[in-house]
Amino acid sequence: MAQIAKEIGRDKLLDIYTRTMKVNRTDEKFRALLMGGKVAVMYYCVRGQELVSAAAMAALEQDDYVVCTYRGQGEQTAKGIPMEKWWGECLGKATGTCKGKGGTMHITDPETGIMVTTGVVGSGLPIANGLAMASQNNGDGRVTVVSFGDGAANIGGFHEAMNMAQLYKLPVIFLCQNNRYGEHTAYADHTDSRNIASRAEGYGMKGVTVDGNDVNQIYPAMVEAVARARAGEGPTLVEAMCYRMMGHFFGADFSYMPPEHIAEMKAEDPLPKLRQVMLDHQFTEEELDAIVADINAQIDAAVEHALAAPLPDTDEIYKDVLEETA
Amino acid sequence: MAQITMTQALNLAIDEAMADDPGVFCLGEDVAAKQGGGVFKITSGLTEKYGANRIRATPISETAIIGAAVGAALAGQRPIAEIMLMNFVGVCMDQIVNHAAKLRFMSGGQTPCPIVIRTTTGVGVGFGGQHSDMLEAWFAHVAGIHVVTPSNPADARGLMRASIDANDPVIFIENILCYGLKAEDPGPGYRVPLGKAAIAREGTDISLITYGRTVLDALEVAAELAKEGISVEVIDLRTIAPYDEATVLASVRKTGRAITLHEAVRPFGTGAELAANIQEKCWDNLKGPVRRIGGTFSAVPFASHLEQAWIPQKSDIVAQIKASVGKL
Repeated sequence: MAQIAKEIGRDKLLDIYTRTMKVNRTDEKFRALLMGGKVAVMYYCVRGQELVSAAAMAALEQDDYVVCTYRGQGEQTAKGIPMEKWWGECLGKATGTCKGKGGTMHITDPETGIMVTTGVVGSGLPIANGLAMASQNNGDGRVTVVSFGDGAANIGGFHEAMNMAQLYKLPVIFLCQNNRYGEHTAYADHTDSRNIASRAEGYGMKGVTVDGNDVNQIYPAMVEAVARARAGEGPTLVEAMCYRMMGHFFGADFSYMPPEHIAEMKAEDPLPKLRQVMLDHQFTEEELDAIVADINAQIDAAVEHALAAPLPDTDEIYKDVLEETA
Repeated sequence: MAQITMTQALNLAIDEAMADDPGVFCLGEDVAAKQGGGVFKITSGLTEKYGANRIRATPISETAIIGAAVGAALAGQRPIAEIMLMNFVGVCMDQIVNHAAKLRFMSGGQTPCPIVIRTTTGVGVGFGGQHSDMLEAWFAHVAGIHVVTPSNPADARGLMRASIDANDPVIFIENILCYGLKAEDPGPGYRVPLGKAAIAREGTDISLITYGRTVLDALEVAAELAKEGISVEVIDLRTIAPYDEATVLASVRKTGRAITLHEAVRPFGTGAELAANIQEKCWDNLKGPVRRIGGTFSAVPFASHLEQAWIPQKSDIVAQIKASVGKL
């Protein structure tokens, strides 16, 4: 594994670490704000899944497309949405990515390739095919990554999209973040397949299951899938095994998680593991702490900016319905 | 100019849009050359001209079809997605309603979704309960979509071009029984603006507001009643939603009477919305209540005589008009 880590390279490791911590600190900040009663909005925690998002986004170019879900903070911030715009949207402000009209479940920022954030489980996959189809039609060389959870693997759109993507060899990567729960239902209670990636074979597609808590597995898997897509070799289903360390949404009860599951996920926490990889690559504690401190400062400033930002004008409810109302 | 059928009109409009803009492409079940250019031949001959990437025959996967259209539209293309029969929209309603219709608004205007969803339906061909419904009201009830239906070949050509030009999703409803209609070809580049109704026949006693196949019934009835001295103004909405309110209200203010007519079932239909709006805005001009005519509130039956009985009857249109104008 260490050998592959060296292949990742120090610069890329640093990039992944920075993105991972950006996701993690954003998550921590959001929970602190919600706990403190300072804001009251729907938020789907990403604690435990930071590395999957960060490594996936680090495998992309700036102009590649991403489709994510309501639990998409990781992809959104790791892909690089400006923090002020991201926080502005989450707090329903005029300065948000969507002028406060989308919200936490519908973040859109085409400038950084975040094309759709869907609030409907499994709906992103068919749309990702369309983005990839456009790239195939016009030869722009872009790839599309669509992120979803294990729960989405049981909705019809998943199967329709997988079949169509493979049929047309679309440049799309299906990133299943298998966090072991579909809403409040454990994997074993919603699926009898041994894993999700094995379903790829049924569509003639390449599928891999990797440890999403190990940078040396998730990042190379994404790099390979992206390379295949860009080369016109078709889609890949990448299943990243990970843990959702909190409830389905912020504030939701998750006492249903068995103690052995909680112990397992604590042992597999991607953050200490990634930090160890960094230390193994001669990054110092001080360097890593400084990165986190810098991120914290950026987030604090972005939150302050968003809190002070104006609310959208009430007449926004009439705008952007159709072009005529834009 | 030559005579063309509605099938040819739609084919010509799509053909010229594809020739003009490399971002326009078609996808749907059986649409490519190998499958004969669509079950109703609307995309016939286009694979040969534009290739398989731009006339994509898809699996029977309505959610994947509309999802792909949505994604391609977000990336700047102009997909024309075919849902073979209108009842199948139930399979992909999430993609249409939660995504295509709302992505412009939810993104604060960043991601408009210019897709045309072509779909066919119609009562009177013996397709039974799951292949015949007019479901336009489902979409008219959703903000962010244009709902369009032509009643003649010229409008079909012009509305299709305008729908492909539109920067928002369009549900384009084609009535099976209208495909064979023939009329003069309006020629290349012809466009009928969305949201603009046509006064299909001028009249002074009553406004009969309709769209699609029932425009033909309305015109027939109007011609008959003219012989009896009743002057019926027939309005063909062409765009069902958002509809041409100005033309509708001006007509009703002139005639003082209105009837809405559609093939779709009457309860909670588009006629109810039209009637309510007319009554709110033309109350002082109205000489009587706005009446509504629609299909029977049951599934479309199979047996031919049942199916014919299900459809709004011309005799009923006549009776309702006469009751309205007080000459019954």
